[in-house]
Amino acid sequence: MLTVMWVAPLVVALLLVPVTRREVLLGAWIVLALLEAVLAGVAWAGVGTGYAHEVVVPWIPAFGVGYHLGLDGLSAPLVAMTTVVFLAVALYSLRADPAQDGDTDPRRTRGWVLLFLGLEAVSVGVFVALDLVLFFVFFDVAIVLMYFVIAGWGSGERARSALQFFLYTFVGSLVMLLGFLALAVSGPALTFDIPTLAARPLGGTAGTLALVAIGVGLAIKTPVWPVHTWLPPAHTDAPAAGSAVLAAVLLKMGTYGFVRIALPLLPGPWRSVALVAVVLGVVSVLWGALVALAQRDLKRMIAYTSVNHMGYVLLALGAAGFLTAGPAARGLAVTGATVQMVSHGLVTAALFLLAGVLRERGGTSEIGAWSGIAGPMPRFSWTFAVAAFASLGLPGLSGFVAEFSMIAGSLAAVPVAAALSALGLAVTAALFVRALQSMLLGDRHLPRRAERVPPRTGTFRRPAPVDLRVAQTVAVGLLLAGSLAIGVAPALVTSTIAPAAATVVDLVSR
Amino acid sequence: MTADLLVLAPEALLALGAVLGLAVGTWLPPGREGAVRGIGGVLAVAAAVAALTGPRGPAFDGTYLVDTATTVVRVVVAGAVVVTLVLAGDRPDVSGGPRPTSGDSGGPPLTSARGDTAFAVLLQLSAVGAMLLGGATDLLLLAAAVLLAGLPLAALAGLARDGRATEAALKYFLTSALFGLLALTGTTLLLGLAGATTYPALVGLTGAAPAVGIVLVLAGLLMAAGAVPAHYWVPDAVDGTSPVTGAVLTTTAKIGALVALWRLTLAVPAVPTPLLVAILAVASMTLGNLAAFAQTSLRRLLAYSTVSQVGYLLVPVAVARETALALPTLLGYLAAYTVTNLAVFAVVAARPQALEIGEQRGLARRHPALAVALAVGLLGLVGTPPTVVFAGKLGVFAAALDGGAAWLAVVAVVNSIASLFYYLRWIAPVFSAGDPVLRDPVAPRARAVAVGLAVVSVVGTVALATL
Repeated sequence: MLTVMWVAPLVVALLLVPVTRREVLLGAWIVLALLEAVLAGVAWAGVGTGYAHEVVVPWIPAFGVGYHLGLDGLSAPLVAMTTVVFLAVALYSLRADPAQDGDTDPRRTRGWVLLFLGLEAVSVGVFVALDLVLFFVFFDVAIVLMYFVIAGWGSGERARSALQFFLYTFVGSLVMLLGFLALAVSGPALTFDIPTLAARPLGGTAGTLALVAIGVGLAIKTPVWPVHTWLPPAHTDAPAAGSAVLAAVLLKMGTYGFVRIALPLLPGPWRSVALVAVVLGVVSVLWGALVALAQRDLKRMIAYTSVNHMGYVLLALGAAGFLTAGPAARGLAVTGATVQMVSHGLVTAALFLLAGVLRERGGTSEIGAWSGIAGPMPRFSWTFAVAAFASLGLPGLSGFVAEFSMIAGSLAAVPVAAALSALGLAVTAALFVRALQSMLLGDRHLPRRAERVPPRTGTFRRPAPVDLRVAQTVAVGLLLAGSLAIGVAPALVTSTIAPAAATVVDLVSR
Repeated sequence: MTADLLVLAPEALLALGAVLGLAVGTWLPPGREGAVRGIGGVLAVAAAVAALTGPRGPAFDGTYLVDTATTVVRVVVAGAVVVTLVLAGDRPDVSGGPRPTSGDSGGPPLTSARGDTAFAVLLQLSAVGAMLLGGATDLLLLAAAVLLAGLPLAALAGLARDGRATEAALKYFLTSALFGLLALTGTTLLLGLAGATTYPALVGLTGAAPAVGIVLVLAGLLMAAGAVPAHYWVPDAVDGTSPVTGAVLTTTAKIGALVALWRLTLAVPAVPTPLLVAILAVASMTLGNLAAFAQTSLRRLLAYSTVSQVGYLLVPVAVARETALALPTLLGYLAAYTVTNLAVFAVVAARPQALEIGEQRGLARRHPALAVALAVGLLGLVGTPPTVVFAGKLGVFAAALDGGAAWLAVVAVVNSIASLFYYLRWIAPVFSAGDPVLRDPVAPRARAVAVGLAVVSVVGTVALATL
């Protein structure tokens, strides 16, 4: 089942290699993305306690590497979120007029579709992998594919941004690999199997060194202050769909790595450095929020709010390492962190897609270049407002559920840090409301390119509307519906996540 | 005796191919010597089959040993011979237009037209030497194998008969003569100390004198492997010859020499060879990487990259006494390296008119399959999953940690990161939008080989499960 889920995109990609018709390429992609979402739902339904749909096959027996897949309460929501994000991206990529962004060569469309199919395969793979090497393989291939997305389809200084992204995260991944190796050679037999390693936790100096290596690698990916500097340029110069996947899925690989690997496999070392995680988390929260406040470009602003949102996750996971708090509070923190991963994925993907619409229409995502767009672009304005409120944590949407649980869960262990991080909420609220106010309301002022009516080439051709197209509305609507569903009925996800989070807390407490 | 000869069947088949090729090639008109390559290819495949199915064990009074390591060397070398012979028979597809002027950077066509027979025969002879290197458990046989693997390559480098090829040949010849002599001196010294040259007889040696002898023999092997401090022939030899010859120079002898290094390290337990090998490994990785940074010639860049790859390959040799992971790592990495290195050289060979980094711009638009094969190959050399070299590097790191040499693992990781820079310097222009080019001919067989090897390097990772 899980094998099918990550192999299916690759099979479709292979079948599409000889195809050059845009309709076939995009159609096949959307059908596959739908299928993946359905499969993710079915797989999620089968999750109970422990790992569901487990597959264990030896892969490189000489090095103790196995092909071990499994789905539990932590990974199932993330896999589902990943498939929904990719479905949204596929829909978003449907273009009525390919010439609109200069993408006239169907071979380029093919490259685009193949890259995203590959990305979907490895993204699903990361979340279902239960072997460190397998995890690393998917983790690294995602970096390579994203490099080509940014370098091939980006804007601005795309080559530079792509290279910076690649080097930064690749260096991180290799450092992480050293940590994995330290874990693998720690026991009597060489093994990279995550459940096996969880059963023999590593402590002492070796454990601390391994945690530092793994932590640095994951922190770069997450990203945590002060190793977040690759993120803003990568997001700003990436194409909208690339930004959406980068923010929604690739960043989660970092935070998921903490929950899946760092906490359960290195419980003792994690407890000893939990305070560092809390401090870095709080600094990320405040730094991300304040720097986002100063941004003039919408994409950059959203990128910095990602640093802010991921900071909460690290804070909550750090709080889970304080034994002074009860298991219930710490379980709540871990649950909140996982909900935050899902919520941030849905909401930020929507925000980036919307910012991409602005780029597409007006050639710029500068906040100051747009004003009073509620009139000409009602669909955009509604969805953007909902996404912004979800991101700042309005009750009824997913961001609130996540941030409330994380802060409430951390309060018992680290009250000062939790209180400080709540300040970040106020700042993000301010910056989103300010952006909404200046862009949606006020006098109508659009960049010249968005105002211009395209020349009529035929009698029957209507000028392209400025507002969201149907496919784009569906794409963004899908993501926001997910956020709304979690906000209204948190039990949808928490009922699955909470038992798994409790297991993680038990493992950390050893 | 007959049984001993049967054990040597793969080597004999390859040598037979060389002799037959020479005999047939003499009667063929120049330029139509494809049959020689055909014979060589068929017999190389036969040698690989014989290596897989043939008998194992020691032969010729313990001077030669056929075990897993020898078998892997034989199969990989035979495979490399087949691939290079296919590449050597290729010509760029220039029908319907003039051959683009290549300026200073252009090398000769894939191999010089007059040297078809000579190329095939020398390649096969060198391959026989590489196989013998892999299986030798006797110092005299080892010294002979070093010469047999090395001397044909010197002639091969000079086949093109132009100034740079002559320089390459001379440089290779002088280096191999010097280090071959050192190896012979070491052999003599060890013979005097131990009274015999077979490895089992060397086990009891202790003290400083055997150490000197071992170091001298090591020097000969390091030259064949192209490792620091005997690496300085590599860039000139690879840059001065055609890409196909470069592929041969950086593949065949190296495979045998590294396994020979491994055997020698285990043979004399009292001599602290591992420390020396570890230092040389670090030096090879670092120097190769640092020197590759500034290169603009693809062949020079690749040459330095192979020097750094030998560094990684020396890591399992350095920890061979400490961990059981060393041997599978060494053999796996050797096979992976061969496939990946040949894939990248095949990409270069497919466009012999464009041998500078600046001439790679926009390749992805014109020849997407070639560009993807190149990206897979170069990222493979970095050690990015899902290529087979990743499994090899993983093994290297794991073996170093398991063998108690964590510092070596850290150095290898740092070097892998550093190597990213120059590989990316090549990949980035390939996928950028290039200037329009009127003609960009591609040698069809080289392209097929490159794509095929790239696929093998990815599928090979999955196939590891069957080992």
